[in-house]
Amino acid sequence: MADKIMQYKISILLVVVSLIFFALGFATASTMSRLLWHMILLAGLVAGLAAALTGPESTKDFVRRNKVVILFAAITVFAFLNANTSPELFFSELFTRFGRNTFIVLSLLIPVVAGLGLNFGIVIGAMSAQVAIFLAIVFGGVGFWGLMLAVIIATPLAMLLGYSVGRLFNGMKGSEMIGGMIAGIFYDGFYQFLFLWVFGGLIPLAMLFPNTAPRMMVGDGGVGVVSTIDLGQTPNYFRQAFDNVPMLSILQVMFFAMLAFVVIGIIINLAKKQDFKQGLLKPMVVLAVLAVGFGLSFIPDINTFLNQPRLAGIYALRLVFIVTVLMVVYRYVMARREGKPFNIPKHVFYLVLATAVLAFTLPADYSLVLRRVQIAVLPYMMVGGLCFGITWFLKTKLGQNMRTVGHNRAVATAAGINVNRTRIIAMMMSTVLASWGQIIFMQNIGLMTTYGGHQQVGFYAIAALLVGGATVSKASVKHAILGVFLFHAMFILAPPASIQLTGSAGIGEYSRVIAGNAVIALALIMHVWTRVKKTKKDKAKPPEAPPAAASEPAAEPAS
Amino acid sequence: MEYVLELNGIHKEYGENVVLDEVSLNIKPGEIYALLGENGAGKSTLMNILFGMTVIHETGGYQGEIKVAGEEVHFTKPNDALKAGIGMVHQEFMLIPGFDIVENIKLGREDTTPTILSRIFGKNLERLNREKMVEDSRKSLDAIGLSIEEHVRVAGLPVGYMQFVEIAREIDKENIKLLVFDEPTAVLTESEADQLLSIMKTIASKGIAIIFITHRLLEVMEVADRMTVLRDGQVVASKAIADTSVTEIAEMMVGRKVADIAVVEGEAAARDSAPVVVKVDNLRVEMPGERVRGASFDIHEGEIFGIGGLAGQGKVGIANGFAGLYSSSGEVEIFGEKLNLSKLGDALRKGVAFVSEDRRGVGLLLEESISHNIMFRAMTVKRSFLRRYGPLRMLHSKRMRRHAKEMIKTLDIRCYSRRQKVGTLSGGNQQKVCLAAALTMNPRLLIVSEPTRGIDIGAKELILNYLTKLRKEEGLTIIMISSELAELRSICDRIAIISEGKVSDILLPNAPDADFGLAMSAVVKKG
Repeated sequence: MADKIMQYKISILLVVVSLIFFALGFATASTMSRLLWHMILLAGLVAGLAAALTGPESTKDFVRRNKVVILFAAITVFAFLNANTSPELFFSELFTRFGRNTFIVLSLLIPVVAGLGLNFGIVIGAMSAQVAIFLAIVFGGVGFWGLMLAVIIATPLAMLLGYSVGRLFNGMKGSEMIGGMIAGIFYDGFYQFLFLWVFGGLIPLAMLFPNTAPRMMVGDGGVGVVSTIDLGQTPNYFRQAFDNVPMLSILQVMFFAMLAFVVIGIIINLAKKQDFKQGLLKPMVVLAVLAVGFGLSFIPDINTFLNQPRLAGIYALRLVFIVTVLMVVYRYVMARREGKPFNIPKHVFYLVLATAVLAFTLPADYSLVLRRVQIAVLPYMMVGGLCFGITWFLKTKLGQNMRTVGHNRAVATAAGINVNRTRIIAMMMSTVLASWGQIIFMQNIGLMTTYGGHQQVGFYAIAALLVGGATVSKASVKHAILGVFLFHAMFILAPPASIQLTGSAGIGEYSRVIAGNAVIALALIMHVWTRVKKTKKDKAKPPEAPPAAASEPAAEPAS
Repeated sequence: MEYVLELNGIHKEYGENVVLDEVSLNIKPGEIYALLGENGAGKSTLMNILFGMTVIHETGGYQGEIKVAGEEVHFTKPNDALKAGIGMVHQEFMLIPGFDIVENIKLGREDTTPTILSRIFGKNLERLNREKMVEDSRKSLDAIGLSIEEHVRVAGLPVGYMQFVEIAREIDKENIKLLVFDEPTAVLTESEADQLLSIMKTIASKGIAIIFITHRLLEVMEVADRMTVLRDGQVVASKAIADTSVTEIAEMMVGRKVADIAVVEGEAAARDSAPVVVKVDNLRVEMPGERVRGASFDIHEGEIFGIGGLAGQGKVGIANGFAGLYSSSGEVEIFGEKLNLSKLGDALRKGVAFVSEDRRGVGLLLEESISHNIMFRAMTVKRSFLRRYGPLRMLHSKRMRRHAKEMIKTLDIRCYSRRQKVGTLSGGNQQKVCLAAALTMNPRLLIVSEPTRGIDIGAKELILNYLTKLRKEEGLTIIMISSELAELRSICDRIAIISEGKVSDILLPNAPDADFGLAMSAVVKKG
């Protein structure tokens, strides 16, 4: 028994500490600080359970493994305590930022897996997105479909540019990060040239498209595109065109798409004389769930609810709970059917987590806050879809090739993998995803800073990923999501907190810049520090490691 | 019986050099065939040809004929050989430590199941079929009698197991007919090596032929059925193991005419009575690829002490350990003074000059002039060729000019000016500059590592003669490290043969060929 306790002492420690914070929470009156204590309790419980699940681990190892996250979480808590901001403001801002920034952060993952490091080249994806948005306006795109036109223009452009950067990176293996930065600066020159002179100068867009182009051009004898383009202006209505897609439309599209997929699948299977269930069981379950939703949408009250494009935070959390419960039940049923082992602790962990999250919706003042938080559904679904997509992709042949290339290029070559081609594909995927991410970002902001909107994209996305605990060689969906929350919480809180602390009102914006830069520097220093320590440790220990070390669970680079 | 592999009259030249001359051999299914020879005998070139490595085609291809299972083949890329059922177990592990055993066994050949996206975008988006991969891997692991769990990560496995995973991967390939083991036991412990040999026998008993490249002759005697000895690109002999002995093989590997052997009667006695000036005790050097694992020897004053042995056995590591270029331990005493091995440059300060085998990397500043290259070490370490102006030190150009001219003349460095950049000189002349730089230090002990590597015959002779002259006229103690046994035997007083990081024997230059061969093959172990 005592042994068991020692084994899981890190988990026990985390839970006890968070309980103490919880108790402290009752001593304070304000919603804001109480919320903080409760969130710490939640985080402590989650971390404790997660630590218990990953197996016995020493406190030191746990701290070392998560030191970046722990540090930034501590900074965030500190800022939170000193910011004196209202919870409504904070959370609605945080969730808005999450919706618009996460996609582009996720676009960084694939190059890390393929061994290309943190892709500073996503700036180039962002540039192609902005060119595409501009052209979509010129071509007269309106609303949602106008934005889709921008996506369609951005995709081949980003593929082409991604290919060129991939080629460049193949010529400078090992220095991709600096190469990405320089390539970004290089293409930025082209970009400026394009907007300053080519559009409107070389190509007289104002004459060719008299209805759409002139309002974006510098008038009175000047040449070039204006420095800010308002995306919300008539007749384009790009502003929040994705954010404003009603849930009902999404549900309907998904239902019919899934229906078509299943029907075509059944026809193919029948034509091939295969068992029609083959490979279609899971899609059919999804279809059934969608069908229930679709059916319910005919009830007037639910129809009204679904006709909104945004979901209040309180419903989102309840939905998360329901989906989690359904998923666990589904997995249990599937495991029983196929006679496969069912990982009970892991699923209990999910249920506990979902319940804990649900608990936040119960107290009156919290539910008030959560009602004010509005989540734009489509961008969130895009982020969710990309998370699943990346996880799925890494289990395909190409994904496995990328992981192999990321681990060791020489071995990959010997195994018959075309290393250069794989790396180029990784870069193309990343650049395309980044361009989509930038479109999501721009439509949310609703204002395109023509000449500078893309420049900081790589920097902020990478900072967010690093805060989540990712490194140059290891990054996952988990790191991206955690990182976006932490980094943007810090970003929101840095100005008010620094104003409160220094008493000087002018310092707010600077503190953001300092926070952003410090994050990257600090995270990289900690990464290097770990590596130096590790090499020293490797040197000190005898070359033949004990086989016992091999039994630790395989940590996937991205899962 | 049909042969699984036939090589007929393989001939290969690199430029003017004939590296393989009419080599023929043939291997039956289920046979373990040993391929033996010193470094540079042509083993790796032969394997490169067999695997269709691009280096062969870039240098003009080869002549002769290769038949796999009776059909003539022309491999132009490694994948061709793999498809034809020829596999290689590498000396350096081609494994990914972060992957588990299954992923490593199936590396690049993952089993997949189609998905919707793969039907649209091609096979690359098929999902991995983990169950099938696990099942297959289990089969291969069982086939070589390895009971280890298949989902364990490779990182942290003992070295031997990594080797076995490599073998399991080769066996897992469909239609595998022939496996090449390139020095597989070099990195293994004794018990692991035994296990490996028994695995090789198991594989052979399943009808897969094995080419076994090794320098450990005892292992050859234990497992191989037949063997071929290569020397200077020619087949010396092909015999069944039953018809030969360790001594005979060793002799065949080394045997070559030694033009003039340096031993002069009477000198040996004089030398042995000279005081011991270099004492090396249990030297260990962590040089990757040339690890020294406890070498001990003594050197007398005024002796040319040769250090020989096969590549990768640690002979080069000894010199680098002296110079402090890699972390090392053990005791080295020079003229009664202990060397601090962890301190870079300590050896230099104590009168040891080192001519590195890596002359372009360690030995020279390629963008600098000959004159600077000869003197920069003396300037930094001994502060010679400098003139003092109060706290400042300036170059003493007059003295430098005189010294450079003198060195260029004595060593016959072919250049148009002493200001010529060293990078523009030929290999032989660069080597002479290195030697000049070492001598400028006025050393008590000179270490030359691979002094004749990659240089022309004229320069080679000059350097060797100069070394002999230095010993005779100035009584300099010299350690010479070389892969060329003949060269060592022509100028050294005694030759230590290094095998597996230790001194396996110290021989006189006129010792029989077989003794050298045996010492290199780690059959004899001393000290």
